[in-house]
Amino acid sequence: MNDAMIQVRNLRKTYHMGEIEVKALRGVSFDIQRGEFVAIMGPSGSGKSTLMNMLGCLDTPDEGQYLIDGLAVEKLDRDMLAAVRNRKIGFVFQQFNLLARQTALENVALPLVYQGGIPLKERMERAQRMLELVGLGERLDHRPKQLSGGQQQRVAIARALVTEPALLLADEPTGNLDSRASEDAMALFKELNKRGITIVLVTHEPDIAEHAQRVLTVRDGMIASDKLNQPQAPSRVAQAAGATSAPALGGIL
Amino acid sequence: MSAAEQALLSHEQPSILPELAPIDESSIDPQRMAAKLAALQEGGISFIETLSIALKSLTANKLRSLLTALGIIIGVAAVVALMAIGQGSQSSITASIAANGANRLTIRSGASNSGGIRGAIGGSQTLTIKDAEALKKPNNAPSISAVSPEYNGNAQLVAGSQNTNASVIGVEPAYTIVNNVSVAQGSFISDDDNTYTNSVVVLGANVAKTLFPTGDPIGQKVRIAGQQFEVVGVLTAKGGSGFGSTDDAVMIPLTTAQRKLFGGKALNGAKLVSSIAVQAKDENSIDQAISEATLTLRESHKLPMDGSADDFSIINQQDILESINETTQTLTIFLGAIAGISLFVGGIGIMNIMLVSVRERTREIGLRKAVGAREGDILLQFMLEALIISIAGALIGLLIGLAIAYGVSAAGLIQAQPSAGSAVLAMGFAMAIGLFFGIMPARSAARLDPIESLRYD
Ligand SMILES: Nc1ncnc2c1ncn2[C@@H]1O[C@H](COP(=O)(O)OP(=O)(O)OP(=O)(O)O)[C@@H](O)[C@H]1O
Ligand SMILES: [Mg+2]
Repeated sequence: MNDAMIQVRNLRKTYHMGEIEVKALRGVSFDIQRGEFVAIMGPSGSGKSTLMNMLGCLDTPDEGQYLIDGLAVEKLDRDMLAAVRNRKIGFVFQQFNLLARQTALENVALPLVYQGGIPLKERMERAQRMLELVGLGERLDHRPKQLSGGQQQRVAIARALVTEPALLLADEPTGNLDSRASEDAMALFKELNKRGITIVLVTHEPDIAEHAQRVLTVRDGMIASDKLNQPQAPSRVAQAAGATSAPALGGIL
Repeated sequence: MSAAEQALLSHEQPSILPELAPIDESSIDPQRMAAKLAALQEGGISFIETLSIALKSLTANKLRSLLTALGIIIGVAAVVALMAIGQGSQSSITASIAANGANRLTIRSGASNSGGIRGAIGGSQTLTIKDAEALKKPNNAPSISAVSPEYNGNAQLVAGSQNTNASVIGVEPAYTIVNNVSVAQGSFISDDDNTYTNSVVVLGANVAKTLFPTGDPIGQKVRIAGQQFEVVGVLTAKGGSGFGSTDDAVMIPLTTAQRKLFGGKALNGAKLVSSIAVQAKDENSIDQAISEATLTLRESHKLPMDGSADDFSIINQQDILESINETTQTLTIFLGAIAGISLFVGGIGIMNIMLVSVRERTREIGLRKAVGAREGDILLQFMLEALIISIAGALIGLLIGLAIAYGVSAAGLIQAQPSAGSAVLAMGFAMAIGLFFGIMPARSAARLDPIESLRYD
């Protein structure tokens, strides 16, 4: 049986703004295997964010099928969707979306609070390990305002990783970063991918997309192309796809 | 299209997009599926964690939280203080009436009005000392154990450099029995004092204190309306409210009051009295005493026994008590209603601020949902915020209400009686208000769409 991380078939989404209809997605289909590192490109307004929000179970399609980890999303009620977002997916927002009144450590620990059953001490330890992983071990008690854009982005990445999700979704994670910070972030993503996490990221920049194994191009709400990047050997994907269980980040990190 | 994207496109190989068939979801192993779903339903944030999130967001904005709770604080403080003061004044009135003698009947001139409390004021005086003599005869009124004719007036009292105004009551010795008073010092007015119209006076406890702040009053001279009297006794203090209290009165012989002091008039050769207080043998003979007194007085006033109206009225202590209880009950309900309205308004204040707070925190709510908060978690968080505000407000209000009650008591105004009942009522009501007015904002928060909320600014 197909053990893909993500299976998407004929996804459609139309926004209604009064009289005007905006067809953001017009029938999108693809599979993403476990362990893949996929970049999604496309012009502005082509539907990339709409697609990512659906992959992240933050939004629901009007039509079409979406299976994550073999679970049919349309069959899940809202509480189960919340649990999927909490445990299977790490989502990095373009706008970071950190809680301004909480420290970096508290922001990173937040998903663990909603996971439940984890004592405060353990939550803080795990959040600290994630912040150290993204190179912010010295900034645990800083509030978002006291951090640079790149540092805030890394806090957002640490928060997405803290529940050790099998799937990391990032919508233009380097959109607000300079080229130096972007390269650092990509190095981190590649490292995480090597450890077995499936990564899907949206980007405008071809240099960033170069780091991925596979590039999906979206145009006018449809997949225009789906190609593997040259340097990567196809065997790499196949090998990664062979990994069946969700990676245990804690064990590796 | 940017130059970078164009560059990418030019290098792009022709992509082969395979046709992907729809997934046959019925082919998915139902057992594995069920196991995964069950795993998703486990866990979740605990009540304690949600409570701590609610507390944190309230303490992050302490002034606003306090102001939000203000309506509840004032409402509960008002309920508790007003109830305590109301209860206190009611029981002090009740106690002073009981202290006057529960089996006492008061007979006044004039027909009773519908309220039954007071005879017509200014009606012609019909009670004389002869009526009192008639009531004293055991054959006439066997259920009456004591008869105390009284003659009241007000006068200025002067002793040395001290002076005061007091009610001056002309009495016979039976006064002590009927009105349940005792002498602390010296002796009471005697029969001899009445026989010889002696100028002697017995002082109520407060009057004694006012006129003789330091020395012993017994044997001292007091001028009452310009005439000299000798103090022969001081009454034991009764305390309680001033309602009918003997503490603020002085007693002189009835005959002295009638002849020397107030120049009492006579009717058919018998001296008039202001009122006659009688004591029934016991609680069970009050009704019997009333009918005996009525018969005796009608006979004495030569009224026909044909059911025509009496020219006097008999007032029962029990009637007074009931009527006072009725009045204070109405007052308590009235005060309670006002306090209830202020609690309700306080609840609207909570709802208002909570709605603003939900709107302000839309992005935060969206983020919490995006990282895994369920609708119930958000609902509980905001319900708890509203509840904490109302409960904390009620507690603060309770303390303030008690402080007011004790302050009023300490100032000697009224012995307030805070009751656990009113505290529980106010707290329960405040909590219900928190629940009632918290549910709407909490639901609107819980129902927010995560993506819409994250886009909100
Ligand atoms: N909430 C919304 N209401 C109405 N229209 C929307 C909404 N969100 C997106 N759209 C429209 O849907 C289309 C796709 O939007 P989307 O945000 O997915 O584009 P995108 O590919 O992410 O663009 P960008 O690269 O600029 O982020 C756009 O035309 C946009 O105007
Ligand atoms: Mg976008």
